[in-house]
Amino acid sequence: MEAFGLLVQGFGILLTGKTLVLMMVGLVLGIFVGVLPGLGGPNGVAILLPLTFTMDPTSAIVMLSCIYWGALFGGAITSILFNIPGEAWSVATTFDGYPMAQQGRAAEALTAAFTSSFIGSLVAVLLITFLAPLISSFALKFGPPEFFAVYLLTFCSFVGLGREAKHKTVISMSLGLLLAGIGMDTVSGNLRMTFGSAELLRGINFLVAVIGLFGISEILLTMEERLALRGHAAGISLRVVLAVWKDLPKYWVTLLRSSFIGCWLGITPGGAIAASFMGYNLAKRFAKDPESFGKGRIEGVFAPETAAHASGTSALLPMLALGIPGSGTAAILLGGLMVWGLNPGPLLFVEHKDFVWGLIASMYLGNVVGLVLVLTTVPIFASILRVPFAAVAPMIVVSCAIGAYAIQNAMFDIWLMLGFGVVGYVFKKIGIPLAPFTLALVLGNRAEDAFRLSMIGSGGNLKVFWSNGLVGSITTLAILLLFWPLIDRLLQRAGLTRQPKTAAG
Amino acid sequence: MSQTDIEIVVEDPTAPEDDSPSVVSTRTIEIVVSLLLLTLAVTLGYDNWRTGISWDSTGPEPGYFPFYLSVILGGGSLYGLISALLSQHGGSETFVTRAQFRRVLAVFVPTLLFCLVMQFLGLYVASFLLIVGFMRLVGKIALWKSLLTALVFTAIMFVTFDVAFDVIMPKGPLEAAFGR
Repeated sequence: MEAFGLLVQGFGILLTGKTLVLMMVGLVLGIFVGVLPGLGGPNGVAILLPLTFTMDPTSAIVMLSCIYWGALFGGAITSILFNIPGEAWSVATTFDGYPMAQQGRAAEALTAAFTSSFIGSLVAVLLITFLAPLISSFALKFGPPEFFAVYLLTFCSFVGLGREAKHKTVISMSLGLLLAGIGMDTVSGNLRMTFGSAELLRGINFLVAVIGLFGISEILLTMEERLALRGHAAGISLRVVLAVWKDLPKYWVTLLRSSFIGCWLGITPGGAIAASFMGYNLAKRFAKDPESFGKGRIEGVFAPETAAHASGTSALLPMLALGIPGSGTAAILLGGLMVWGLNPGPLLFVEHKDFVWGLIASMYLGNVVGLVLVLTTVPIFASILRVPFAAVAPMIVVSCAIGAYAIQNAMFDIWLMLGFGVVGYVFKKIGIPLAPFTLALVLGNRAEDAFRLSMIGSGGNLKVFWSNGLVGSITTLAILLLFWPLIDRLLQRAGLTRQPKTAAG
Repeated sequence: MSQTDIEIVVEDPTAPEDDSPSVVSTRTIEIVVSLLLLTLAVTLGYDNWRTGISWDSTGPEPGYFPFYLSVILGGGSLYGLISALLSQHGGSETFVTRAQFRRVLAVFVPTLLFCLVMQFLGLYVASFLLIVGFMRLVGKIALWKSLLTALVFTAIMFVTFDVAFDVIMPKGPLEAAFGR
């Protein structure tokens, strides 16, 4: 129960006036970002990151993670009231949420969505509280070969388990790793891939790329759509909230199942999107009357929202414990850690106890405050959608530019951001996934260092990645995952009946 | 479906028409992107090969890791190129329609101008111009609303970043005139 004591200490750090104010600001900004079309969790966090540059790391992470929780809550509002998923992971929420709003049960649907989001997050935070310290203390024994094996596992599972065309994932990942290598080589001090340009000497900053890829490109994509919308406005009364909460225990199986799916997919790089659909589909399959789904059934809101939030939250577990982000947003938070001068990885739990436990405590508090906030302020946030996109778009562009410039005070970064905006737009339209790119860009240098250090240690012998049971099994698992689609097909061809796909998650 | 309590309605007068003709097919873009990536892979690969891709006494040379990544990138884009060239039926899919493309340019061109102007007039003046121009010309919003929104937003940004958080932005003659 050491974790419990440290958590209490974390709450102590948190309960200062300044941190609480930052938390509220973060949540409001986050809900705002989640409600607006064309802006989501990763974009919001990336754009608002520069605000935190001058803060101390704990205040900064509390504010940023609250933006993230806020965005997760906000996505549900537009799904239910307008049938427009503010986020990809709230698509499944529209299936039953919007019909409920049409039947005049919008308040009920919103309450269900927020409550289940809260429950999903809570389960995931509990998991983080008790699992993350264990994993990180285990990971303290890792040497470079083990770390490289874990990085390899992350990259391979993206290729093997991702739903996009394999070669597109490979392109996205290798491009990210390559761009991470531009500039000064950290081991030898040589310059690489700079082609004599002084601007490229600094390398390509991860956050600049992210702001372009997620911020600017999202504006371009949103403008392509028809932006007209019509929807319901709803206030939530205490009576409805209590009525929904009274019925909650009836749905404990759905809630628990979705939380579990979410946690699992959040830790592995499956993501909140897959989790929300899986949660919805499983709830439907196990229901006694599956045909009533899609017509405004409250379980159809509970299932995807719980899963999405559990997944979004638990994606922070591998980031905290190992320094490996489980999602795009977690990757951006990791980028933030480096800006604030913290070195992500298992040592974080030893060297920066205040920071880690402050963050974990803020997950609890942020979700409670967030729940109360969204329940009371839904009408205000829903009416944000009345603001025409023509006013919102240039403001987002300005925020992106401020963010990109502030990181290194370089005009070159503004152009880089614009370039990445175009790249992101084209990549998204031809189906090259951006998440592997983001992950590769932020992990690139660390993966390379781990590889080179293990090579130096072993005198250039690749056998070092099978030198003991631990590193050997991680490496083997990575290679198995990389070729998983092939193996799966071979197994089927060999006449073996398809096993329940537990291995693929 | 009864729509009794619809309360929020937002129109989009300049929305792209659904029947707009296609500008370019997805297949063409895939081919172009694959070729560009292949060129990039070859360029970076060559540069890394020059830096050194073999092993010396201390371990792998600096070009070793990125060189093999360029090879992977090249392989991936070559595969993408070939599969795009071979696909016959999937070729008719539209990458972007003319109406959509016009709308995308309506954001992209102002953003480009904004970045250019920023170098001479500073970020805050450029932001003001971008917001007014975009709201008025693209969004067809009343001039006074556009001016007011731009002024308020720019002022908030200035106070937040320059005054409260000390984040320095590019500045131009206007800020200089006020001694900031």
